[in-house]
Amino acid sequence: MAHIHVPDGLPGILGPMAVSPESAEALRELVEVLLRGPNTLTSAEHELIATYVSSQNDCCFCQLSHGAAAAEHLDGNCELVDRVKSNYATAEISEKLKALLTIAGKVQKGGKHVTTEDVERARTLGATDKEIHDTVLIAAAFCMFNRYVDGLGTWQPTDSLTYREMGRTIA
Amino acid sequence: MAHIQLPEGLPGIRGPLVFSPATTGPLCELVEVLLRAPNTLTMAEREMIATYVSAQNDCYYCQTCHGSTAAQHLGGSPADYELIGQIKRDCEAAPLSEKMKTLLAIAGKVQKGGKHVKAEDVERARRHGASDKEIHDTVLIAAVFCMFNRYVDGLDTWQPHDPEVYREIGMQTAAIGYAARDWKRPLQTLATNQAATPSR
Repeated sequence: MAHIHVPDGLPGILGPMAVSPESAEALRELVEVLLRGPNTLTSAEHELIATYVSSQNDCCFCQLSHGAAAAEHLDGNCELVDRVKSNYATAEISEKLKALLTIAGKVQKGGKHVTTEDVERARTLGATDKEIHDTVLIAAAFCMFNRYVDGLGTWQPTDSLTYREMGRTIA
Repeated sequence: MAHIQLPEGLPGIRGPLVFSPATTGPLCELVEVLLRAPNTLTMAEREMIATYVSAQNDCYYCQTCHGSTAAQHLGGSPADYELIGQIKRDCEAAPLSEKMKTLLAIAGKVQKGGKHVKAEDVERARRHGASDKEIHDTVLIAAVFCMFNRYVDGLDTWQPHDPEVYREIGMQTAAIGYAARDWKRPLQTLATNQAATPSR
């Protein structure tokens, strides 16, 4: 049961968003721009960063819903998404994305964990200032979303079909 | 020096906000709604939550800006600034309502991680009069500042240490809020203070 009264049957973040529509509107706009706005990083890459950070934060709802969205963008490749969560260094993704995931992982621990070396490495592998900026902000934003969802004790379904549907909707 | 090329002379979050206008709109709307829209929690109380979480995250820029904004909402006197200092050092001992202390305790748990918030924390807040909306808003403000603190520090933005800069920021923000701001506009104190130089 959630820590506050939320409408029945709304999973994860949807419950709190229903009780606070004004902040929900801004949150929706933010995630739309961050994950789907025009960018040199693909939507799949954005969703992988969001999924990775959410798994580091141990947020079930966020990692499964955004993991499903990432898989949707990757022609259903759930194994790749799982590999990114468990050991991205060995996943079949670009070296640039691995360097950005390292930065995202540092942001998840705290902003000051990001070092000049982390950023330089990403640049060496082709990351632009915008891509570095967006990685930091996506990681930071999911540290917010994960805390929102878990901090209110929201109901989080566990069946994969529900998340596959959510993934399609998000994608 | 910041991790990416940011516009010169803009402290803290202002550089990234100008660098990335597409995300700035929703970020500013979010904080405007959370910290200034009509609410049973006062603007000062909501800024206190933001300040407390930013202090727990050791984000100098955010805790000092929002601390100053909170103090300005209270009147801007040295005593008001001292209260904010007390809240950061030991919120249980600060002269606040019991309800506010229980909400800060929840915010502190959110700062560690969402799952740290327990039913007992929420019950305690309710016993001291907190409503569902106040609990919701406390959790979301705390979560949002865990984002802002990481954004500001994760890009290693320039964070001045001149108290007059933060006094000015607090006064401006308390007066006009976050939406429809021209973040490119330099602060008067930075423009006139010859000693202010970008440093880590």
